[in-house]
Amino acid sequence: MALTRGFTGRSRGTRDPRLPPGQYDAGANWPVLHAEPTPSIDTARWSFEIDGLVDEPVRWSWDEIHALPTSRYEGAIHCVTTWSKFGMRFDGVSVDTLLDAAGVRDDATFALARSHTGYTTNLRLEDLTDGKAWVVWDVNGAPLTDIHGGPARLLVPHLYFWKSAKWVSGLTLLAEDQQGFWEVRGYHDRGDPWLEQRYQGD
Amino acid sequence: MTSVSGGPPHPGPWQSATVTGVCQETPTAKTFTLMLPEPCSFWAGQHVVVRLTAPDGYRAQRSYSIASAPSNAAELDLTVEILQGGEVSGFLNEAVEVGDTLDVRGPIGGHFAWDLKPALGVGGGSGVVPLMSMLRHARKLGEPDLFRLVVSARRPEDLYYSTEIQGPGTSIVFTRAVPDGHARQPGRLTARDLTTTLDGDRDVYVCGSTAFCDAATQLAAAAGVPAERIRVERFGFSG
Repeated sequence: MALTRGFTGRSRGTRDPRLPPGQYDAGANWPVLHAEPTPSIDTARWSFEIDGLVDEPVRWSWDEIHALPTSRYEGAIHCVTTWSKFGMRFDGVSVDTLLDAAGVRDDATFALARSHTGYTTNLRLEDLTDGKAWVVWDVNGAPLTDIHGGPARLLVPHLYFWKSAKWVSGLTLLAEDQQGFWEVRGYHDRGDPWLEQRYQGD
Repeated sequence: MTSVSGGPPHPGPWQSATVTGVCQETPTAKTFTLMLPEPCSFWAGQHVVVRLTAPDGYRAQRSYSIASAPSNAAELDLTVEILQGGEVSGFLNEAVEVGDTLDVRGPIGGHFAWDLKPALGVGGGSGVVPLMSMLRHARKLGEPDLFRLVVSARRPEDLYYSTEIQGPGTSIVFTRAVPDGHARQPGRLTARDLTTTLDGDRDVYVCGSTAFCDAATQLAAAAGVPAERIRVERFGFSG
């Protein structure tokens, strides 16, 4: 497409190689974007469940999920609205640990993540396994606040952040891809920031 | 009863739009009128992405809400607030003139798209932009009461669309200073501002900063609007 008359962009020559195309470094800001009123979910009624194509559906309470081996992610996150943040540290549990407990059936290929608010987002199972995804409750050493998806959210940091469902309540494993909230509204099914998979067809 | 079928339209391909109008909306915002090669069918409340390309291939893109009403024309209005340090908004406000071309893609974002059911919009600052598209649409349909609006602005000079926005279904809340003759004292949005406008059975569309949206959704919930009837579009810092 055509050049934009007069546009050179800022920070020329010093672009951070950790930034995917079209992204900028939000620095100390952590912008907030979600489509529903911010819920406040008591940990006493929080739960997380894995169902669908598994050997045995499993449901964890807040205390039960905290009894599992913990796992940490340190690195970047990337939002489709073009901000990225570096040096984030999230603590929680690896999705691998949760899937192992439920037993993934051979015909499971996709997953639909859901939230306590009714939000959903679709993922390929391979984007949730082998140390690439977490259910997290602490960020940079402090509990996740409501606006950032607390008490716990999904974390899939190699994909755009709308895949990291806030207020996560479960994963359903599926044989076929089933689109979630943003995906039926024109956003990409996979959402790889390095390929700029922002919208359907990208 | 006015109705629509199906869902809001999905984005088409990138188009090279020509800027046919630039209007200073407030001291910190401009409205750009864009002429597209192909008409863009959209619902009020949707947005488009504007992409800037530098000679070395560097690109920056941001989303901006459509301010004009849906129509069959190939023209649409975007109102852009200048954000401090905003790479794209700063460029659009300082450098873009009538006759320039801009790459745009849309429409995007269906969750905030208005389905023409009776609604109340609650907008803070630049958050009024997608709600203005809804208000204009309702008026264009000849059913102005389909869409009512509560808009919050700091001072009179900060109010977007200050003449056109006035009407029997619009209440204006100034938080810091009011114009002469304005009955309401300056102050933040209150439950009363909503309950006087919120009659009966309406969906509520809230748009503005995160702080504004959280305050407004709490007021709407306290006024008895169920959470599933409140739609929120947060304008974070996105440059």
